Amino acid sequence: MSWGKMEEIKLETTLNREKVGASFLEEVEKWSGEKLSLCYQCLKCTAGCPTAPNMDIRPNSIIRMIQMGKKQEVLESSAIWFCVYCQTCGTRCPNEIHIGVLMDALREMAMEEGVHAKEKNIHLFHEAFIQSVRRGGRAHEVTMLMDYVLRSRDLMKGSLIPGVKLFLKGKFPLIPSFVKGRGEIKRIFEKCKK
Amino acid sequence: MKKLGVFICHCGVNIAGTVDVKSAAGKMGEVEDVAHSADYIYMCSEPGQQIIREAIREKELEGVVVACCSPSMHENTFRKAVKSEGMNPYLCEIANIREQCSWVHQKEKEKATEKAEEIILATLEKVRENEKLEAISVSINRSVLVIGGGIAGMTAALDLAVGGYEVTLIEREQALGGHMTQLSKTFPDLHPALPDLLAKAREIEGHPGIDLHCYSEMEDVKGYVGNFELTIRKKATHVDWEKCNGCGLCIRDCPVDYVSQFERGLGVRKAIDLLYSHSVPNKPVIHRSHCRYFIDGSCRKCEEVCPEKAIRFKQKDERIGKKVGAIVVATGFDLYPGERLGEYGYGEIPDVIDGLALERMLSVDGPTKGKIIRPSDGKVPKEMVFIQCVASRDPDRYMPYCSRICCMYTAKQAKIYKEQVPDGQPYIFYMDIRSDGKGYEEFLQKTIEEKGLLYLRGRVSRVFQDDGKVRVLGVDTLTGKMVEVAADMVVLATAVVPSDGVKDLAAKLRATVDRHGFLTEAHIKLYPVESSTKGIYLAGCGQSPKDISDTVSQASATASKIQALLSTDKLLQDPLIAFVDENICSGCGICVEICPYEAREMDSRRGISVVHSALCQGCGACIAACPNFACELRNSSSIQTLRMMDTFMT
Repeated sequence: MSWGKMEEIKLETTLNREKVGASFLEEVEKWSGEKLSLCYQCLKCTAGCPTAPNMDIRPNSIIRMIQMGKKQEVLESSAIWFCVYCQTCGTRCPNEIHIGVLMDALREMAMEEGVHAKEKNIHLFHEAFIQSVRRGGRAHEVTMLMDYVLRSRDLMKGSLIPGVKLFLKGKFPLIPSFVKGRGEIKRIFEKCKK
Repeated sequence: MKKLGVFICHCGVNIAGTVDVKSAAGKMGEVEDVAHSADYIYMCSEPGQQIIREAIREKELEGVVVACCSPSMHENTFRKAVKSEGMNPYLCEIANIREQCSWVHQKEKEKATEKAEEIILATLEKVRENEKLEAISVSINRSVLVIGGGIAGMTAALDLAVGGYEVTLIEREQALGGHMTQLSKTFPDLHPALPDLLAKAREIEGHPGIDLHCYSEMEDVKGYVGNFELTIRKKATHVDWEKCNGCGLCIRDCPVDYVSQFERGLGVRKAIDLLYSHSVPNKPVIHRSHCRYFIDGSCRKCEEVCPEKAIRFKQKDERIGKKVGAIVVATGFDLYPGERLGEYGYGEIPDVIDGLALERMLSVDGPTKGKIIRPSDGKVPKEMVFIQCVASRDPDRYMPYCSRICCMYTAKQAKIYKEQVPDGQPYIFYMDIRSDGKGYEEFLQKTIEEKGLLYLRGRVSRVFQDDGKVRVLGVDTLTGKMVEVAADMVVLATAVVPSDGVKDLAAKLRATVDRHGFLTEAHIKLYPVESSTKGIYLAGCGQSPKDISDTVSQASATASKIQALLSTDKLLQDPLIAFVDENICSGCGICVEICPYEAREMDSRRGISVVHSALCQGCGACIAACPNFACELRNSSSIQTLRMMDTFMT
């Protein structure tokens, strides 16, 4: 039997122990504290994820790709930025893997590595959100969105009508309300910086 | 005219939901000789049986028809019930109006009622002519033959011997233990296989109730349950085992090395050798096809060196006769011949081995002393691929069934590999993970968590040699990507198949095998250790693939079933068998040839054919074959059958 030459076969993934040998898997497990090798792909996470339909790589596949050492693809994915940390996945996972925590860790790793997110403005939105929390202890939508628009030059035209509706229902208060312990919030942020 | 009773069961809604039982009971009551006709929601329940008993007592019934489910369900129940009222149990017959009527005609209720009535009327015809019969009592031999000295046969033999029964244990190989002797550590507790096994083997060797014949095969079986007559062929070992003291000098000095099947081709053995070191019995055998004395007479080294003068070049096969009451078939398994698997490269690529070969490597007394190395160059493999479901679950080309042990032993082997080669990477190609035993799933999850095994879900398409590596191409269906691994070594978890020669043995025993050659049980759920032939019992992988825990459980179940069978010295048999009208029989002998149970014999003195009542199973073959209508079946005579047919036709 003749087997044809290797060059003729175009493969999408070549596995070897340097790649799989757990370096990326170990790295992510360490950063997130989640035991990703336990995942047996039941897809409970993806099934309940509200943002999965918009993700380029579904949550279960993210774990699978981490197991297979596909660092670049995972960190470049938009999926890690789409996660809204609702915790449905982590609550339901039979192996106690908190994908919200994992996604957070992956975002941090992506920023650390200087990998540009596929959704170019998404981390600007995250930064605006964090700034808003830093200021008042909770997010204030109006100032947060103004901050985001200024950062991103994205006028969010598509969101204008829902925005007006929310405003009319009183969901967008113009004056920000602050939490009581703003000093403590400040300390938390300082501690995180360290 | 007999006074008869008809009892119609509703079986909840199973029958009454389709058949109009009330109207049927009414109609049956109008039949001339029916003295009692009744219906009840569950005839098999205690109140239901009470209705039958009371009617027999009050109406002095002489025959009973119970219209209900299949006779295989409750014939016994109702025969016992009528017997308690003094009626001969063979005057009670079942009319099956559930499986053969209500269940299959749920959409045609009127016609179903009509059909049920016809079935009952036909059964009444049968009962009218039924004779009073008594069970046939047969004396039995209270000893047992166990075929196969693997863990299944050993367990069954030891259980029976401990129970006080005489056991003959025969084993085709020269030592006990079967495939379990080839294994390293066993899942899920990772205990080494050999020590416990050898302890059991030594117990068997020394047990006064067990007559052990290794290197022996079954040549012929005659007889029937309770009274089997066997001929066992003891193959010539060319060593007088009585004299041999197991010193091993002959093995040391034998000049012939050949590839060992026991070591799965990874090691060599001598022309005179033990099956494995410390084997039980610890005696060598000369293998004629490799011994120089037998090839050209050029060597007598072993004879010269033996201090006990135990070598017997002239020894011949010996035949011994035995009589037993029951037989356990524990013939075990083989792995599917890897050479027939084109795309996996087995046999062509030296670094593609099967699971048993890796077990030999992992064994401390194996060819590599427990080290995992590439057979081609002796290097430690750093990229290790395991492929599951090789030739299993492939109805088109190989075996359609799941071999049941591969998922677990592959996980175990990958775990041991990772412990031995911490910087190596195991990849496991699988289709599904089946870990259904006690503690198996936990073992698997723990192994994956701790050892960094990479499971890839998908079948491998090609395995081929390339630049000193074994390239494995497949797909990971979880990412949907094609994958390639440049492996150092590939381990195939090939399918479990029945061991060689089972079909011939089954034919000798008149037991049946399925299309793959596994021995068939009498009932997959209710009689799982009985074969379809009475007195022949099954244990171990000869029946279906199973792991050690399941094999031992099944073997013990088999042993206890046999102990129940042999607990009395008389056996009661169904009297529904063939008989011969001596005035009609011409002695042509056609029935003797046609009988599948060797139950027909010529009585040369009277010139007629007779029925051996203990052997006859009542199959009816001789009745159909008899040109003179001299044979009949008890309580299924031609007259009865014709009258029943008449009822359906008119």
